[in-house]
Amino acid sequence: MTEARKPRVATVSLAGCFGCHMAVLDIDERMIALMGRVEFDRSPLTDIKTFTQRCDIGIIEGGCCNEENVHTLIDFRKNCDVLIALGQCAIMGGLPAMRNAIMHSREPLRECLEEAYISGPYLRNATRLIPNDPVLPLILDKVYPCSDIVDIDVQIPGCAPSGDIIFSTLVALLDGKFKGFARETLRFD
Amino acid sequence: MSESFQFRIDGVEVTARPGQTIMEAADAAGIYIPRLCDVEGLRHQGGCRVCTVKSGGRSVSACTQPAEPGLEVENDSAARNRVRRDLVEMLFHEGNHLCPICEKSGNCELQAMAYRLDMTEATRFPWLEPCRDLDASHPDIALDTNRCISCGRCIRASQDMDGKGVFGYVGRGIHRRVAVNGADLAHTDAALADHAMHVCPVGCIIRKGEGFQVPIGERHFDHGLIGHEIEDRARKDGRK
Repeated sequence: MTEARKPRVATVSLAGCFGCHMAVLDIDERMIALMGRVEFDRSPLTDIKTFTQRCDIGIIEGGCCNEENVHTLIDFRKNCDVLIALGQCAIMGGLPAMRNAIMHSREPLRECLEEAYISGPYLRNATRLIPNDPVLPLILDKVYPCSDIVDIDVQIPGCAPSGDIIFSTLVALLDGKFKGFARETLRFD
Repeated sequence: MSESFQFRIDGVEVTARPGQTIMEAADAAGIYIPRLCDVEGLRHQGGCRVCTVKSGGRSVSACTQPAEPGLEVENDSAARNRVRRDLVEMLFHEGNHLCPICEKSGNCELQAMAYRLDMTEATRFPWLEPCRDLDASHPDIALDTNRCISCGRCIRASQDMDGKGVFGYVGRGIHRRVAVNGADLAHTDAALADHAMHVCPVGCIIRKGEGFQVPIGERHFDHGLIGHEIEDRARKDGRK
């Protein structure tokens, strides 16, 4: 008799700070129970770079700030049954989205790049150029939340989400019993 | 004093005095009706519509609609809360509300209302991401209008309680904004002690030097959902 197939989970960090992946580790010793129930496919945790097969759950940290993020996100949507946006960056752009509007500029992307590479007071940039090597992914006009690019099935809020809400959501999904979050556990920060 | 009378909210009998609004009677009875522009101590405006209830077959704002004998009010139903959640979500989308970087986070009524109304699903609305001004000219107070939801609390507080009129509405329709009565806040008679500087439900009116003083876990809405104080009152009295 063959062993029951374990659900496969893939994760990726797009325009995020990796804090949501760190928050996954806040599951603490419950990670052992979780690892007994799932198999990880492509993920920074396994260092597998591409999908080896179709996955049951895909977890996305971060929104989309460049074209590579968009390709990766679309690839996740194609290869995952349930797609989770983990954390505020994936849900609404988060801190990277500060460049969309809060720079008080009519050309926020230009102002962002010029301050970062040319005019910022603490810069050491001998070339005085904004990086434009063709191998660099093209930066987008603004930072997009994941749900602007693909359909998202579940959003786990937080910056970063707590280990508790990540664990309980994953377990509820694996059990086929996910029915939303307890209101008291919601945090957008 | 005239006779009190009864009406019903979600089937629960509530006593009201003549002249009370639906919300005032509900508060006294320990029934919470979600609200953003309305706050205790200021005159009612009925602007945000988050307190919309169904009464006599019509949608009315509970903070301005007078209670009447025999009224049947629908408040805490899936349909009402869905409309409220859409309104709150649109307020998030109309400005720039980045909770992770906002010093009001944890004490913000807009954020707390999103928690209470389960604003967790992928959005159906576009993000407007406006470019709005930051006014840090005043030595004690800053205005980040990216976070303003045009509730008008500061306007009413400044006019009615401070007797100053520091704030007012300008523009019409979606362009309506709260503005200050001067070139910037430093050129008004705004003062830190003004009531108007303590009623902002979001992180627009910032009292300088206070941000992030209260640690996460001890902020106002870390202790419970918005409105729980009103609901706890009823529980204590054993009415619910």
